[in-house]
Amino acid sequence: MNIDAKIVHRSIVGKGIAHDSAARHVSGEAHYIDDMPELPGTLHAAFVLSPVAHGRLKGFDAAEALEMDGVAGVWSARDVPGHNEVGPILDGETLFAEDIVDHEGRVIAVVAARDFETAYRAAKRVKVDIEQLDAVLDVEEAHRRKSYVLPPQHVIEGDVDTALASAPHVFSGKLHMGGQDHFYLETHIAYAIPGENGEMLVHSSTQHPTEVQHHVAGILGVHANAVECQVRRMGGGFGGKESQPTIIAGAAALVAAKTGKPCKMRLKRRDDMAGTGKRHDYVANWKVGVDNSGRILGLDVEYLARAGNLPDLTGPVITRTLTHTDNSYFIPHARFVGHACKTNTVSNTAFRGFGGPQGILTIECIVDTIARKLKLDPGNVRAVNYYADDTGDMTPYGQKVEDNRLVEVTEAVMTSADWEMRRAEIDAYNAGDPVIRRGLAMMPVKFGISFNLTSLNQAGALVHVYLDGSIFLNHGGTEMGQGLFVKVAQVVAEVFQVDLDMVRISSTATGKVPNTSATAASTGSDLNGMAAFKAATAIKARMTRVAAEHFDVDEDVIVYRESRVHAGNESISFGELAKMAWAKRIQLSEAGHYATPKIHWDGKTMKGRPFFYFSYGAAVAEVAVDTLTGETRCLRADILQDVGSPLNPAIDLGQIEGAFVQGMGWVTCEELWWDKAGRLRTVGPSTYKIPGSRDVPPQFNVRILDNMPNREETVFRSKAIGEPPLMLGISVWLAIRDAIASIGGGVPQLDAPATPEAVLRAVQKSKKQAGG
Amino acid sequence: MSQSIRFFLNGRVQDVSVRPDMTVLDWLRSAPRLTGTKEGCAEGDCGACSVLIGDPALGQAQDEGGGVHYHAANSCILAMGQIDGRALVTVEGLKSDDLHPVQQAMAENGSSQCGFCTPGIAISLAGLAAVNVDANDDDIHDALAGNLCRCTGYRPIVEAARKVIAAGGATIAGPAVSAFERIEPHATISSAGSTFHQPDTLNHLLQLRKERPDAILLGGGTDLGVALADYHSDWNEVISLAHVRELRAIRETEHHLSFGAAVTWEEVLARISGFYPSFATLIRRFGSTQIRSMGTIGGNIGTASPIGDGPPALIALGAEVELASLGGHRFLPLEDFFLDYRKTELRSDEVIASVSIPKPKAGQEFRVYKISKRYDQDISTVCAAFSIVREDDQVRSARIAFGGMAATPQRAGQAEQALVGTSFDRKAVKACSAAIAAQFKPLTDWRGSAGYRLEVAANLAERFWRDVAGEVVEVMAL
Repeated sequence: MNIDAKIVHRSIVGKGIAHDSAARHVSGEAHYIDDMPELPGTLHAAFVLSPVAHGRLKGFDAAEALEMDGVAGVWSARDVPGHNEVGPILDGETLFAEDIVDHEGRVIAVVAARDFETAYRAAKRVKVDIEQLDAVLDVEEAHRRKSYVLPPQHVIEGDVDTALASAPHVFSGKLHMGGQDHFYLETHIAYAIPGENGEMLVHSSTQHPTEVQHHVAGILGVHANAVECQVRRMGGGFGGKESQPTIIAGAAALVAAKTGKPCKMRLKRRDDMAGTGKRHDYVANWKVGVDNSGRILGLDVEYLARAGNLPDLTGPVITRTLTHTDNSYFIPHARFVGHACKTNTVSNTAFRGFGGPQGILTIECIVDTIARKLKLDPGNVRAVNYYADDTGDMTPYGQKVEDNRLVEVTEAVMTSADWEMRRAEIDAYNAGDPVIRRGLAMMPVKFGISFNLTSLNQAGALVHVYLDGSIFLNHGGTEMGQGLFVKVAQVVAEVFQVDLDMVRISSTATGKVPNTSATAASTGSDLNGMAAFKAATAIKARMTRVAAEHFDVDEDVIVYRESRVHAGNESISFGELAKMAWAKRIQLSEAGHYATPKIHWDGKTMKGRPFFYFSYGAAVAEVAVDTLTGETRCLRADILQDVGSPLNPAIDLGQIEGAFVQGMGWVTCEELWWDKAGRLRTVGPSTYKIPGSRDVPPQFNVRILDNMPNREETVFRSKAIGEPPLMLGISVWLAIRDAIASIGGGVPQLDAPATPEAVLRAVQKSKKQAGG
Repeated sequence: MSQSIRFFLNGRVQDVSVRPDMTVLDWLRSAPRLTGTKEGCAEGDCGACSVLIGDPALGQAQDEGGGVHYHAANSCILAMGQIDGRALVTVEGLKSDDLHPVQQAMAENGSSQCGFCTPGIAISLAGLAAVNVDANDDDIHDALAGNLCRCTGYRPIVEAARKVIAAGGATIAGPAVSAFERIEPHATISSAGSTFHQPDTLNHLLQLRKERPDAILLGGGTDLGVALADYHSDWNEVISLAHVRELRAIRETEHHLSFGAAVTWEEVLARISGFYPSFATLIRRFGSTQIRSMGTIGGNIGTASPIGDGPPALIALGAEVELASLGGHRFLPLEDFFLDYRKTELRSDEVIASVSIPKPKAGQEFRVYKISKRYDQDISTVCAAFSIVREDDQVRSARIAFGGMAATPQRAGQAEQALVGTSFDRKAVKACSAAIAAQFKPLTDWRGSAGYRLEVAANLAERFWRDVAGEVVEVMAL
């Protein structure tokens, strides 16, 4: 298939069109699941959660809850008619705890009542009987005890031991990287509506309707064909609604099946934060060998990832860490090892970047350390290590870097950010030994696009053309705010050359497009856009034959433009052609399917070509650091991001800005804090601080790389955008390091997140090193 | 006694019989099915539940011209009883036939992605555009401090606000002042076991307080409402202070500014900024517009939180609190009001009547610093207030107070002594820092470790010294 921009006159794709729901968002008329009219008799459900981190579950006493007016019942593991399973990959991950509770917030039972408040209050009155056990709360402790949820993963290239032994310089270090709560504004929710003959309709705030469908079916002990999962939109997802929604939807469906009544389950923020997974926090132990120019000769990294109590998606998260530890740099000899540490904390899960941010933060910390140890400019050390023809273009996992844009993006962003002038100005400012120091940093990001697991890289779409020329579009991708629906609609409108408002965007539904992958890994528009393109193109080909017959011309004379179909000077409306095709008994509906080409991956050797292509970006950040308090502020950020030929640059711009701020939050103000008993104490916005509007750099210059179509045949030569710019937020952390380094010229001992406390600690260490 | 609560909802009078301690958010989303207002956190922090409250009597300090003043509030921590006699505007009410200019600008600017925070943001910006037609970026951030967005990175939201302001702002459609006569607040509302008293004079309040010592004294409810939103508490009997005339009064004398206990922080902010700009900066970081519009100076003191931001500043300023009962009035230096963790001098028949703040003296330097993980709408890890009065280059008196360092807001006596009599030089400041480090034994929690709190508290003395000397000492000043 040849999808070259040239074959289609582009009138819709590539335009900065507003989000399809924008007017309904601002007016409050966009419906989320909790806004749907409730059917009569609807029950509301709430979880009974473990108050302790680890213990033997001996039972629970629900008598007091059941006595409350309006309480319909309490259900737990023993009430599950099918399988008590919700694991996204592996078996053995239970919805309800069975004998053991293994983290605070572990689901023990579900209570349902006639209204939300009664259910929530009743759940609090269920008395659990737990014999407390010793809890492992720390990844290093888990590693010492060899307590893992999965075997370790290794990416190995060359002979790292020899490379390190013969390297002119060897440096080592340890980096702690915090986790991150998704803090989607809409907490987890599902609404399960029972039908006849064992059927169940589940509205779920999920990025993965197929997984919800299958797990609900498994829990209820019915075939998948009895369950339909629908999602119109989510109030944010960020990966947090990739595997976790099965917990909520599974419980709601269980109650609905048991009572025969519709059941809605919405989590209070506190329960959402305590009971569902987050970004993995990591510890990285690293050792690097370099030459005098700072070129990396060998790199040995051992990661300890906090899996939490269960594997969930930890395996592929670690894979992505290991395949992003190179970031943009050629590493001839590499050993990257990832341990999935089992702790008595909530099982961590997908979060935008999916392990990539931890790998990239680690290598950026290493490169920055190399530069400071060797007293070289960090930018130069980066440049000597970039993948390039003369340096090397093979990643440690065996994929050749074929579409390298590192030099383009980094040079352009440094120019637009006035790097040289500002570098000199900031150095001069810091030389005056001010209390408020300033720092400047640039970093590149190379991010691999595709699910690492090849089989997930497929999608389906369903397109109908109705007799009035209006078009119905459905695909396997879900809308969580990222603008996927409008992008795919643009693709379809482009194919038919009709107004965008003739394309009706509809809820994702497993009954319409089956066996879908999660909307994740930034692949939403690549996969679903191409599936929809194929469906629309197939219908159009059939319609074109009808048009050619009607006008009595060759098919290649037929031109679709502005909702009309032309042959020379004659034309008919698109709707007229649709009617004509129907009358000729031509099929005006098509299911498109797309599978990403060229990719393969061997999970045993950890080698292959896992990524269809790479996305490139670069950022320059400037910060101010208060050396008395550790407070920081990002003063300016300049970003250049490669999006190929964008489907919708306005949507992409929003993704870049939002991702950067979210990434900045991860490395600065967002801190998860557990007490010594293993209870997460940052379970609401009053204690867990995501960036606010004033935290956005006052100078925030975001640009999209111009005129750089994807080398690979993606839909209209666009590139994915969801995740890559998140990692550009790491530039803020690097700039904070730069400011701290100005104190004594040594290597800052800074962990992530760089909270005021972490920064002040690093400042003090730098002062000590400097003998101050 | 009324069984119903009466208010304007998007311009129309409503008379509803529900428990007055039901949250406004729960009510809006139930029978009226006004589902544009969302629950994001149920603790008054994310702003997805924001609504506008209109009251001819509110915001009097700002609104010299009279008229109905609208301000944003968090409906998740707002009890239905609190809107009796007031006007409520939800996101659905902003829109008439056309979108409100703020909504229009947001829709055109890519200001929404997932859209869940969006209605609350439209409300906050509509509140800003109605009162501040000269708003600059700082004002826009102040208006947005109580609204979290996880998708956009805020830039397109701020830009939409700039556009509306540049076009001259936009008004809120609603009832005229005279229309509020139809919905005079009820003296008492009682429904389904929850009773809400709304006295309008101090005398009536004090009688109620004596008769009902166990009733909840409710200021703005920004602290008490959090437990309500979590269904963790029921308010069986409430005495609301919101309509007590004496408690709503602001008085200025030659040497003092006196705020009735029910004066909101937004109203305090408007009056204090000319006298103590540093205090005004702190107040702007105090919760959010939503919180400051409801939360009162008396409530902030009465709740006696060790991490409240008002007390350290007020103690350093030498504020005095007036406690009233039917037996009479007594006045205490604020630092003596706090006895222990959440324990105060307030007797069961007393209420906080007012807080009196001395005006600046010649040679006085006052600064208050708040350290938190996020600049806006966060709770202090450490809050430190410094006040010195200098004469002929010598420190004549000093008052230093901290929040977040002990079970109560506390003065640092030794640290004050370290400055008095000195020329406020580096040596004196070092001694002051050392005294601070020696005095306190703070806790470790999610906001910071004990070691960090101590270190920062001591360092803030140096910041104060540099600040007074004219140095730029805060990253936000860059």
